[in-house]
Amino acid sequence: MPGDDIAARVDRLELPFDARGIDPYGVSKWHLTAAFRVLGLLYKRYFHVRSVGVEHIPPRGRAMLVGNHSGGIALDGAMVIASCFFEMEPPRLAQGMAEKFINRLPFASVWASRCGQFTGLPEHAQRLLEDGRLLLVFPEGARGTAKLWPERWSLVDFGTGFVRLALRTQTPIIPFGFIGGGDAIPTITNLYRIGKLFGMPFIPVTPWIAPLPRPIPLEVHYGAPLLFQGTGSEDDEVVQRYVEEVKSNVAALIEKGRESRRSAR
Amino acid sequence: MRVLIPGIAGLLARKVAMRLLHDGHEVIGVDPRGWPGAPNEIELHAVDIRKRGAEDVFRKRRPQAVIHMATVSALQVSSEERYRINLGGTRAVFEHCAEYGVEELVFVGRHTYYGAGPDAPLYHTEAEPPQELGSYPELADLVAADLYAANALWRLPKLSTAVLRVCYTLGPSGHATLADFLRGRFVPMVLGFDPLFHFMHEDDAAEAIALALAKKLRGVYNVAGPQPLPLSVIAREAGRTPLPLPETLLSLLLGRAGLPRLSRGALAHIKYPIVVDAASFRAETGFAHRFDELTTVQTFADAFPVAGQARAVPPP
Repeated sequence: MPGDDIAARVDRLELPFDARGIDPYGVSKWHLTAAFRVLGLLYKRYFHVRSVGVEHIPPRGRAMLVGNHSGGIALDGAMVIASCFFEMEPPRLAQGMAEKFINRLPFASVWASRCGQFTGLPEHAQRLLEDGRLLLVFPEGARGTAKLWPERWSLVDFGTGFVRLALRTQTPIIPFGFIGGGDAIPTITNLYRIGKLFGMPFIPVTPWIAPLPRPIPLEVHYGAPLLFQGTGSEDDEVVQRYVEEVKSNVAALIEKGRESRRSAR
Repeated sequence: MRVLIPGIAGLLARKVAMRLLHDGHEVIGVDPRGWPGAPNEIELHAVDIRKRGAEDVFRKRRPQAVIHMATVSALQVSSEERYRINLGGTRAVFEHCAEYGVEELVFVGRHTYYGAGPDAPLYHTEAEPPQELGSYPELADLVAADLYAANALWRLPKLSTAVLRVCYTLGPSGHATLADFLRGRFVPMVLGFDPLFHFMHEDDAAEAIALALAKKLRGVYNVAGPQPLPLSVIAREAGRTPLPLPETLLSLLLGRAGLPRLSRGALAHIKYPIVVDAASFRAETGFAHRFDELTTVQTFADAFPVAGQARAVPPP
């Protein structure tokens, strides 16, 4: 996609930008345009990402994208953000909840913030939803990105905070399954101690050492929205039931994606 | 209403005083710095708020309301004296208010109360505790003064107390922390970081403080106007040049080579944002800012062009 088209799509994002193209959270049109130029190349040319069911994402208003981690680096999050930007009309900015270490790193801190990817704090998540934004959540957390190659189709435990937040803010959850990240970045082991030296939880190691992804086609499958009724202060058993329902939806979407891949071969 | 303003010589306090005078209030000022050229209608007492002379003003003049603006930041005064002014002075104000039947007190604090750090959320609400005090001990006395003022809400129930945590102010007076930081041609930044700065026009800040008094506000409130901007954008809008330097080099150069003075702890404040949620204040007072963020920077830039010759608007 030519660069000017990307700038035009950024202009069509329904965010309250000021005269200099900066929104009340510091999200910047200039940074978004630059970031989506790179993400666009990765999304369309390198990974040939296929997005299925994008019509399930509401065009405006609060919503929560909830899916699986796939791949040892934040490739999954970046491609879901690209998918909402390139496939939706009008485009939407999905705002992820970044790992805390990112805000401590020079440059990463600025780029994450200006592109609307804030530290994963409950305060941020709630405020963004109350402001009608599209939140991107990986309830597996960092344990999800640590999955090794044989575990790439599995789901580790989901946290429960996202369901309480959805109940409290009456937010629809759009489940998604991300397919192929584990093949693009096949992690054979994670270096936790060396990662800590760089301020990260761990560094994934691939057969070619560096966690650089192979150009393997990726897929995102979105499912129908789930809206749970409640206040967010329900007993753990009730919330856990909702969490399991989301998790089984995500698992079904992963299976659907794998099936479509198998039949395409 | 008879309103006493400790710290009236500060530029923001002068604006508040002029505003109250305009609204028909009787204004009394207490400040050892004096206010040359002050309007005759304002009764000035050049005494320290902690001294006997200030208590005499309370006893003899019996103000109905007090706007406490006699606090100083780490950039203005060194540590021991600052501690005495901020905490000792605040304590004296509250004791005199209780002793001499003041009905209403507005404590004008700062939004830096919340501290800046990598794990702090954007848009602090009033319920949040201060953070990162360990890395910026120079803020401790202002935080202590804020908490001391807030506990008057239950300690002195007859005194209607409002604690305001006001974001940075900026404008043609060129006064206050952010203006000092932006004064030179180059604005130092920590390489790889560009925090949001929350600021409002100084006239809007004066209006907000006067509104807090008019509405007999009670409680703790963040005060802010338009949306925040990244430091680099503020610098460029002000006609300055952002100068990103590695953190270790920057900490050595601050206060030298024409760069502004800043304590080591304050480096966190140019790495991470302090942004406040002022929705409660707006809801309670109906406050609406008149100057947006870009106009606010422009008013400062017009008064202090980068060539160096300040064309500062004389303080009121």
